Amino acid sequence: MRETKLFAYVDKGTFVHRLSGLTKLVCFLLLTLATMFTFDIRVLGAMVVLSIAIAIISKLPFKRYRAFIAYILVFLLFNFCLNFLLAPDYGENLFGTRHELIVFTEFYTLTLEEIFYQLCKGVKFLVILPLGLLFFYTIHPSELASSLNGVKVPYKVCTVFSLALRYFPDIQRDYTNINLAQQARGIDTSKKAPLKNRILSFTKVLIPLVFSTLDRVDLISNAMELRGYGKDKTRTWYSFRKLERNDYIAIGVCILVFIFVLVMRFVVVKDLFWNPFI
Amino acid sequence: MNKKSFFGEFNVRMIVATALGAALFLVLFYFVKIPSPAPNTNIQIAYGIATFFGALFGPVSAFLVAFVGHAINDFIGGGLGGIWWSWVIASGIAGLISGFAYKNLDLEHGKKPGVMFFAWNIVAHAIAWLLVAPVLDIVMFAEPVETVFVQGIWSFIVDAASAVVVGYILCVAYAATRSGSKSLDKE
Repeated sequence: MRETKLFAYVDKGTFVHRLSGLTKLVCFLLLTLATMFTFDIRVLGAMVVLSIAIAIISKLPFKRYRAFIAYILVFLLFNFCLNFLLAPDYGENLFGTRHELIVFTEFYTLTLEEIFYQLCKGVKFLVILPLGLLFFYTIHPSELASSLNGVKVPYKVCTVFSLALRYFPDIQRDYTNINLAQQARGIDTSKKAPLKNRILSFTKVLIPLVFSTLDRVDLISNAMELRGYGKDKTRTWYSFRKLERNDYIAIGVCILVFIFVLVMRFVVVKDLFWNPFI
Repeated sequence: MNKKSFFGEFNVRMIVATALGAALFLVLFYFVKIPSPAPNTNIQIAYGIATFFGALFGPVSAFLVAFVGHAINDFIGGGLGGIWWSWVIASGIAGLISGFAYKNLDLEHGKKPGVMFFAWNIVAHAIAWLLVAPVLDIVMFAEPVETVFVQGIWSFIVDAASAVVVGYILCVAYAATRSGSKSLDKE
């Protein structure tokens, strides 16, 4: 149960919370898109500072995410090992130089270039992580739907997003209940069971879960149909907020960051990576 | 019976089902990770859900189930901090193509899925994990070619298997709750 609270919307009334949903969505997409274009560690470093600054402004409770961040570091380490096993020369091919650090064999040599490449990837994670957490921490589900509609996503698809977010905790609770009930009846879905048994046991949790969800689908779709959902080509949103001065400032700043990244990428550096080795 | 459109019906029931399907996908994707023998990949039984909703409501529904489910999963950190658009898109495409089996299925009348169901699912996951995900990974994230294809092959094996097995089990269970069109006998 702890996990759902981890990503729940909390209204802290900060500058970021008071922005319109549309602003949050546009800024989020702009910033994450911008990081996709570059591996330049100077640009990414600046963006880490920016995204952590926004997180501090909106009072993101970092303490709650400690375990989570540790998890990510382990993942990055794992990814590094995998990359090193499969392509230890990737870094030097990228940067065109070879500074050897530790020589295991001719092929498996840990180079400075490889470490630098992995560092770039790690920093990229650090940019996106606070942004993703922030987005769900500061946006209300129905506000998300209205803002998706604001960027011209068909409103039925917006409904899919907001309903999915709305029912995520409910279905998760169902899942926990069914799982515990089946375990009480002797069906072991825990890690102790062997892999084959575990998969079979899961189907015994899955079938009741799916069928109770289908029952719920009938209930909700009847209710929505009675209220006349889907009769018109467009719809309005209760939670829609008009853009104000602060929204334009926030969007403006994000557009500037986006342009800055693109300029750095295509005009100044003209490469995905910034190469300190030449 | 053959009035079924290729892409499914766009009624309220389909939209709600798709949304709850996405939530279901998200719950399973986020909480149920059975580690597979390969590094960095899990057996994701969630793909069975996408297949099942594709079989019931068509390819568009399956696409949204997998796409929205996977996207929210990455937003809330299930993608380990990154939003792997490459894999989110690949998930959606896997769902979309597996949903192509929809037109020839007749679960509502108690018929079990046939050979085409398996064929579409395997094709779907082959395209998604052997083609779309690795190529997008290279383009978007500059991952080394060797790594992405090794991950792609493992994901293909594991996800195709779970989609087919879990999807089939769910389809059969659903078909069993529906009475066949010839269930009434004249006495």
